[in-house]
Amino acid sequence: MVTLKLIGIIIIVIGFLLKMDTIAVVIIAGVTTGLVSGIGFFDILTKLGEAFVQTRYMTVFLLTLSVVGILERNGLKEQAAKCIGKMKSATTGKVLSMYMILRMIFAALSLRLGGHVQFIRPLIYPMAQAAGEKKNGLLTENENEKIKGVACAIENYGNFFGQNIFVASGGVLLIVGTLQELGVVVTPYAVSKAAIPIGIIAVIFSIIQNKFLEKKISKIGGEKK
Amino acid sequence: MKSIILQIMYILTGLVAIAAGVYALTDKEHKTKFSTGAFWIIFGLIFILGKSIPSHIVGGAIIFMGFLTALKRVGTGSQTNSSEEYRIKKSEIIGNKIFIPALSIGLIAFAVAQFTKLGGLVGLGIGSVIALVLAFAITKEKPKYLGYESSRILQQIGSTTILPQLLAALGAIFAMAGVGNVIADLMGSIVPEENILAGVVMYCLGMAIFTMIMGNAFAAFAVITAGIGIPFVFSLGADPAIAGSLALTAGYCGTLMTPMGANFNIVPASIMEMKNKNGVILSQIPVAMILLVVHIVLMYFWAF
Repeated sequence: MVTLKLIGIIIIVIGFLLKMDTIAVVIIAGVTTGLVSGIGFFDILTKLGEAFVQTRYMTVFLLTLSVVGILERNGLKEQAAKCIGKMKSATTGKVLSMYMILRMIFAALSLRLGGHVQFIRPLIYPMAQAAGEKKNGLLTENENEKIKGVACAIENYGNFFGQNIFVASGGVLLIVGTLQELGVVVTPYAVSKAAIPIGIIAVIFSIIQNKFLEKKISKIGGEKK
Repeated sequence: MKSIILQIMYILTGLVAIAAGVYALTDKEHKTKFSTGAFWIIFGLIFILGKSIPSHIVGGAIIFMGFLTALKRVGTGSQTNSSEEYRIKKSEIIGNKIFIPALSIGLIAFAVAQFTKLGGLVGLGIGSVIALVLAFAITKEKPKYLGYESSRILQQIGSTTILPQLLAALGAIFAMAGVGNVIADLMGSIVPEENILAGVVMYCLGMAIFTMIMGNAFAAFAVITAGIGIPFVFSLGADPAIAGSLALTAGYCGTLMTPMGANFNIVPASIMEMKNKNGVILSQIPVAMILLVVHIVLMYFWAF
């Protein structure tokens, strides 16, 4: 039965749903798929090793870790926080949009200057929340919950739709590598250029969402002024 | 020239991994020092020796690494960041100059890709080395932190470091087994052939839905591109760079809408102490849906 070959996908879905170890789940899915498709265990090992070595370029980013670590221990994040803190944007939406634009630019330059733990919780959410209260008075729990959701979302938008603009990003190299395996030749540079429009469009829709959020807050919060 | 630099970069990357392994092995407070050390040293050796090791041995080593992570034997060590007071004090001394090395990695990589024939990957390597020199010059940090810091961060990121390469290998096995063909056959019975719009819609939707199921757009890309992209979009004359790029970000729209993308959606909700664990997903769904439609429109008009 041909659909037996889809067992690998089922293993991955179940493994992920049960929150099992990702590396092990992926390996088991690969080996099982190979075996039910009549490929010998030795050939599976060979293919696994061959593809792993061929895609070493995906992990070359390890070279940047020393730089990031040394800058971190010398106050990079503290200085970045200081600089963003100085911008006296008055509204929730403006704070969020400003971060979204910066995050997108950083992602496009392959700078890992972001993160929910590092930036959103200690810096961006407090700024956005304070700006909202300045304008509308004390915000309700529901309103704060909405600001939190959007504050986390902009980090993801900037990260996802910005990163492929960088030529050596994992996504670009994956596209080039996968297409090459399938017999289609493209250059990383062409792929990264093609990522620019959707990056800009993502910024635009994110700004619109921030404006809606601002309106929602002032409508409900306005009564308490 | 290019291949020599690449080879050097692979060796340096391997050394970063081996350094993390050695730090783990010599870490008295490490709970899983032997297995964590073995994990990173094996990974480093695969990087340095590469094609000179027979592929089946690499495959066997990967399965061994899988055992180590499945048994939760790969963990973080006792290396820490400097104290907050120290960081604030240093940031006052160094000021905005600290952004120079941080920005130079990306800018140099970009410049090398733009103005030479070496490509972005080599640019990343050159950028990293120059940025490292700048970082030491500007922070006046002790040289011993070179290996210490990379080991601290690498052990923090942990075994998921190898996931992209592993998923590419999974894609290769799926391709060899013909999984893409099975999906293509299933989808193909729905998609009318030679119809560009139908192909584009199915390619983008397929990426988003498959990513929602697997929680990972990288894994979806290989399968859906082989199964739907190649027969129903690329073969009709799409620009491969544009269609490929849009397909991957269409997958990211799926990531925004699924609890399977836990590290992007569920974990941040807990970090923010939100009442609703799906709160981040709920605020992302409207934008993700609109962007998915934009992907379809862009691919239809721009790639053809």
